[in-house]
Amino acid sequence: MVEQAKVSPQNRSYEQGTPSPSDVQPEKSRASRIITFVILFVIWLLLSGRFDLLHIGLGVASCFLVTLFSADLLLPSPDVMRLPGIWFRFIKYIPWLLYEVLAANIHVMYLVFHPRMMRLIDPRIMEFDSKLKSDISRVTLANSITLTPGTITIHISIYGHITFHAIDIESGKSLPLIMDARIADIFKE
Amino acid sequence: MNFMAVVFVLLGLLFFTGGAVGIIRMPDFYSRLHPAGKLDTMGLLMSMLGVALYTIQEFSLGEVLTGLKIMFIVVFVFITSPTATHAIVDAGVRAGLEPWTQDISREEP
Repeated sequence: MVEQAKVSPQNRSYEQGTPSPSDVQPEKSRASRIITFVILFVIWLLLSGRFDLLHIGLGVASCFLVTLFSADLLLPSPDVMRLPGIWFRFIKYIPWLLYEVLAANIHVMYLVFHPRMMRLIDPRIMEFDSKLKSDISRVTLANSITLTPGTITIHISIYGHITFHAIDIESGKSLPLIMDARIADIFKE
Repeated sequence: MNFMAVVFVLLGLLFFTGGAVGIIRMPDFYSRLHPAGKLDTMGLLMSMLGVALYTIQEFSLGEVLTGLKIMFIVVFVFITSPTATHAIVDAGVRAGLEPWTQDISREEP
């Protein structure tokens, strides 16, 4: 109890979940603001497709406003330096995921058009422990599992215990574990 | 280019057909979601790829931008479709629906 009394007001506000002033690093938050602005502006240019002064000026103004209001939504973590590596490895992950999705799609197509489908499928609920820690990597894993035909994520507990429904044993046996390892490699966890 | 576009659109239609047939043939709620949620996503990827290839005829800036916008549709569906499928499965689990398994069907006949 004595120790609690000694806690300074600054530390107490930290325990309640609000960041203490020393936690906010201005140069990093400025970097994340600039990155958010650039991303928004590139998307604006792609979607507008007009490069005269009026449209680019409107784009700069609206991107600036959106960045001002919601810079912490797109890049919540202030750790900007890790982002290029994560994006690069994530882009390398997408072709592999697309290939697996295509292979699994063909497998499910084979099951659907097979005359004795009711004998071939063996639906069951399977589970395994993921070693992923952060929210974004778990979302990536859950979406990857659901995107692959034959497996649908049902539930992820806060300890990383994943429950999923599989259409047969082959779809659920190894692929989610490989995905888990690959996504852990992307986010370096 | 037109030939590739037609091939991709036809492949997409094949996947869509598989999804529709799968919804009818699968035995229960959970396994019906497998073709419903996923074969449709793949069919959309294939047919939109075909449409994007058909749009890009002579590689002018406007056509490439239109093709990119069409591919953006696929990106957003790839993010939202698993989320929607998961929400439906979660609703089934919360309601206490038991999945169909192979053992029950062996006892029935």
